[in-house]
Amino acid sequence: MASRLTQQNRAGWLMAGPAFLLIAAFLIIPFFMAIGFSFTNQRLVSPNPTEWVGTANYERLFGIAVLTLEAERDDDGTVRTKDGKPVFPSLRTYTRNKDGYPEFYRKREWFSFGRGDDRRTFVLATDVVFLKAVRNTLFFVVVVAPLQAAAALGLALLINRRIRGINIFRTIYFMPVVISMVVVSMLWRFIYDGQNGLLNTMLDLLTFGWFEPVDWLGQTSTALPSIMAMSIWQSVGFHMIIWLSGLQTIPESLYEAARIEGASRWQTFRHVTWPGLRNTAILVMIIITMQAFTLYPQVAVMTGGGPLDSTQSIVFQMVERGYGRQDISGGSTISVFLFLFVLSISLLQRWLTREK
Amino acid sequence: MKLKTFGAALAASTLAAGASVAQTSVTMWYHGAGNEVESNIINRIIDDFNSGQSDWNVVIESFPQESYNDSVEAAALAGNLPCIIDVDGPVMPRWAWAGYMQPLPIDESKIADFLPGTKGIWNDTLYSIGLWDAAVALYARQSTLDELDLRTPTLDNPWSRDEFQAALDAAKDSGNYEYALDLGMAWKGEWFPYAFGPFIQSFGGDMIDRSNYTTAEGALNGDAALAFGEWWQNLFAGGYAPGNSQDGADRDTGFIEGSYAFSWNGNWAAVPTMDGGVEDIVFLPAPDLGNGPTIGAASWQFGVTETCEHPDGAAAWIEHAIQDKYLAAFSDGIGLIPSTPSAAAMTTNYAPDGPLEVFFGLSNAQALVRPVTPGYPVVAKVFEKALADIADGANVADTLDAAVDEIDADIEANNGYGN
Repeated sequence: MASRLTQQNRAGWLMAGPAFLLIAAFLIIPFFMAIGFSFTNQRLVSPNPTEWVGTANYERLFGIAVLTLEAERDDDGTVRTKDGKPVFPSLRTYTRNKDGYPEFYRKREWFSFGRGDDRRTFVLATDVVFLKAVRNTLFFVVVVAPLQAAAALGLALLINRRIRGINIFRTIYFMPVVISMVVVSMLWRFIYDGQNGLLNTMLDLLTFGWFEPVDWLGQTSTALPSIMAMSIWQSVGFHMIIWLSGLQTIPESLYEAARIEGASRWQTFRHVTWPGLRNTAILVMIIITMQAFTLYPQVAVMTGGGPLDSTQSIVFQMVERGYGRQDISGGSTISVFLFLFVLSISLLQRWLTREK
Repeated sequence: MKLKTFGAALAASTLAAGASVAQTSVTMWYHGAGNEVESNIINRIIDDFNSGQSDWNVVIESFPQESYNDSVEAAALAGNLPCIIDVDGPVMPRWAWAGYMQPLPIDESKIADFLPGTKGIWNDTLYSIGLWDAAVALYARQSTLDELDLRTPTLDNPWSRDEFQAALDAAKDSGNYEYALDLGMAWKGEWFPYAFGPFIQSFGGDMIDRSNYTTAEGALNGDAALAFGEWWQNLFAGGYAPGNSQDGADRDTGFIEGSYAFSWNGNWAAVPTMDGGVEDIVFLPAPDLGNGPTIGAASWQFGVTETCEHPDGAAAWIEHAIQDKYLAAFSDGIGLIPSTPSAAAMTTNYAPDGPLEVFFGLSNAQALVRPVTPGYPVVAKVFEKALADIADGANVADTLDAAVDEIDADIEANNGYGN
């Protein structure tokens, strides 16, 4: 096998050579370099020699500690309260004390939950921003993947007909896909503008002035959902085309048979169309999931991760560290994490959708 | 490679054009590509230099500002730096530390009367010198001051924190303005440390401990910094200033249209604002928030690279470029503050009784350069995020603590940046 590959296909290797070299230079080598850098303190600009630091970068990303505090009590033993909530000692006394509490040093609150009236457990992390980015990205994937797949399937079913002018609709639905995401993000930033954006103006018109303008990208509750809605709209057309290609591989004879049997529309979809789309569905889900995990240009253009980290994403943090803060090793560590994470989810998806 | 060939071709054509054959080429990179006025001035300085002596021939190559720093860093990694570069003031220490630049071999007596912000000094060594500086002032209308019955602050007697707060309250309560104060939150990036860093300094805190530059602990999260943080948060929570989602267009026109009573803005916006129809504009000095009034300083400056083979040629060019007539030409051309009083006197805007004369005084009296350390680019990023988060309502102490930790971790990872 090896000898046949290397000797009898000399012309083939020659032709594949340029592409192979480019792929090696810009994909394969950087991939292994990133893994290597994640165990060093490599900087973008530095006269210091690069040093091996072991797993320090990973420990910094995932450093978590749990601290349970008792509420403060007055001299007579009653729990001190402010605005009806118990008052807890300042976390600063624990997180700024290197000698007294080394396990909490330089950590900050990620989230906390109460235990009864007078105890509260705080989960502290070294890199809260990164953990928020992971949470946001997961949320983004969990919402966007099914919604986008379903919307794309709906559109594909709509345009999978032989009527006059259907290509116009196909083109319209596909149009956002060919526009660069950066451009689309800029446009949607104007649409979402808090004062006189298109969305606020339209809602104002439709409700006869009853609607109060919302700063869509400027508040934590609406920023990420706004980005989700726009992302679904932007690439739904791409997945529509994949679904459409799947739909057109289902033989017309199956539909004829269903009609003869007197199947309803739903029964036809459930027992003919859907089983015929099985492989397409797997492909669409895996592609959407992988794309959703690389959420970046929307965040970079529209919010920069804010407000209050509510739109931080894994890839945005990767660029922000590696390039913005010139910490190549930190960015590489996040990219290795993202690779392993997406890989394991894709493997899980493959396993869940395997032929039984 | 391509750049080199291009540079060589340019050099060759200049030589063929009739300059002296004995001249040695000195290459130079500049950040002002795309700005015709700026290019004309810099080219004129170079032409004057090349034809005025017979030893050196400066060859310029211009880059767009957005990609200039990337180009220099990439060229440094590839070993392709030119001889003369221009460098943004606060970035200079990083490039000097990284070994891109060498101390500037010019006679210091020639820059004795330069504005403090135009001298790029790191570790007591001069690395770069600027032909201009920039300054920030509190834009207001005289009519606003009269209407709200406010004292006009002066350099010697600026507003105190209470007076500033009273002015904001008066503007807000008058109901005539959408917001009392426009801070320019629409301008992300370097605007934050440049324009807002002075506020924390005026409170008595700082972005980093300047006594040794090895930690931000105590400076960025001490009592003064916490007081600043609370004050900063209240500007937004109290409805005085538009926050992070301010629209860029509102920033440009809001003050002109009268939506904002006061605007914290740079000298570069002064001419457009006056042209926009604000006739009774006054440029007020920064308020004294407790520890003296301060504004940011340092703009683009010229320096010589470590790999330069002819530093004497580069120095000759820089000494040529820092003549008053050229400082004045740049100021008249693109509105910047000239580096010397004698050059200021030659300009339209900054001459005594000129419309922007006040900015020269501001630069001279209130300017404090941003932290002079190779770690500055990271400090700036961290500071920007902390201020944006506090404006959005984040807990002040937690946010500043986290910022300190991030800055300190970066300093440690870089072995103290040589400090």
